[in-house]
Amino acid sequence: MMMRTRLNEELIKLHNMLENMGDMIEQALEGSVAALANEDMDKAREIIRNDRLINRQEKDIESLCFKMILMEQPVAYDLRNVSAAIKMITDMERIGDQAADICDLILHIGKTSVALDYGHISRMAEVTIQMVKKSIEAFIKSDLDLAKKVCATDDEVDELFKSARHDLVELIRHDVNLSEQAIDMLMIAKYFERIGDHATNIGEWVIYAITGEHKDYNPSVSEDEER
Amino acid sequence: MFNFKKKEAQPSREKKQPKEKGNKLEIFDFSGDTAISVRDVDLYYGNFQALKKISLEIPKHQITAMIGPSGCGKSTLLKTLNRMNDLVEGCRVEGKIIIGGRDIYAKDTDLSALRKNVGMVFQKPNPFPMSVYDNICYAPRTFGIRAKSALDEIVERSLKQAAMWDELKDRLNKSALGLSGGQQQRLCIARALAVQPEIILMDEPTSALDPISTGKIEELCLSLRDKVTIVIVTHNMQQAARIADKTAFFLLGEMVEYGDTEQVFSAPKDKRCEDYITGRFG
Repeated sequence: MMMRTRLNEELIKLHNMLENMGDMIEQALEGSVAALANEDMDKAREIIRNDRLINRQEKDIESLCFKMILMEQPVAYDLRNVSAAIKMITDMERIGDQAADICDLILHIGKTSVALDYGHISRMAEVTIQMVKKSIEAFIKSDLDLAKKVCATDDEVDELFKSARHDLVELIRHDVNLSEQAIDMLMIAKYFERIGDHATNIGEWVIYAITGEHKDYNPSVSEDEER
Repeated sequence: MFNFKKKEAQPSREKKQPKEKGNKLEIFDFSGDTAISVRDVDLYYGNFQALKKISLEIPKHQITAMIGPSGCGKSTLLKTLNRMNDLVEGCRVEGKIIIGGRDIYAKDTDLSALRKNVGMVFQKPNPFPMSVYDNICYAPRTFGIRAKSALDEIVERSLKQAAMWDELKDRLNKSALGLSGGQQQRLCIARALAVQPEIILMDEPTSALDPISTGKIEELCLSLRDKVTIVIVTHNMQQAARIADKTAFFLLGEMVEYGDTEQVFSAPKDKRCEDYITGRFG
């Protein structure tokens, strides 16, 4: 006999709201890449404006989670689901902020007279957008393998960042007059690299929701050095 | 996640001197880390098997909760731990239950010595129809303590351990039946403490109590952990999560899962246990 009807309904609602927030982030990221490639300032401004919608969605999900803890007192799988969601939305909200930060830089760079090579950066954007998408999908479907794949993909993003940085160093060597744009571009690349880290964090919480074990797949630099 | 108060095993109390009573040895040695060791226990009521191959080690000076739906065998197992099932006609126990180093189902077991070491508190408070003082002195008197000063001391110590001394010190000669339900239940715990048991078994001790009295009993359990091992049967999941160090889940006479409470309530290993504690079957 199936019980806990209200809890089940609220878990479905939570999943829907998370999916929704995931869509909003994807749109922000895709939009920022398009704005960058097309030097589309209006698009960049729109993404900056829409960041508050992502923030509001975070608050709504947070309230739902707190309400579920209070009213339903979830345990075991249910508790892991709700607590993982609370942790995930923090990273998701940060990704939204970073999409807006990227758009700030796009406005700063402005229209350039030279064609910049976005190759590695646009590849970073593609990979990180997929990471965010897949991590939320893994949560909704309780797909452990998919969550692990997301975490593993972060290495690819880190490599792309190194290549992008190399490209930009070459660009400055080639034409010192472009150094300001190159530095802005480097920051954009760094934001995508950080978005990869946030997506990995989301993946880690998905793994926790499924298995009950939380492991750091993305150790910080200092921890790396300690080893 | 949960912030459960975990507790390391406490150094044992002074080892008791073996006592001779009649020709029966009453040695219960609680110096080890395990208070109760249940090994391959099967229990039958006539032809009905109520417990199936139960094995578990209950650690000393910790609270162990037994949970599961009605009829799963948890109360039956609790009663085997001080041989209350002896009173049930047609009840047969196979396997071993080792308490204080002794197999309590061995033929030469002294039941009153066993029950002195393994006290019990029931679902409904059951004070004797006598004064608070006499309730607490009842068991010590049966063990031969007569001196007023010794009994006074026991009453004060037991009531203080049960955090009731200040409430009851001026009402010691009043009838225990005049106390509230929650007070009666705590008095029953104080009465169990009077003979300084090593283990107290509690069978749904708060199911008849309001939340405030329930809270007091839970606080009491936590404060007694230094001195006694508590095994509690409860239908209240939150109660198990709040106070127990270890939790065992029973279903249809089997122990399906046993582990640290935090693990059982955050990431149970068995699907049936998860379904039960998340309220998805009944």
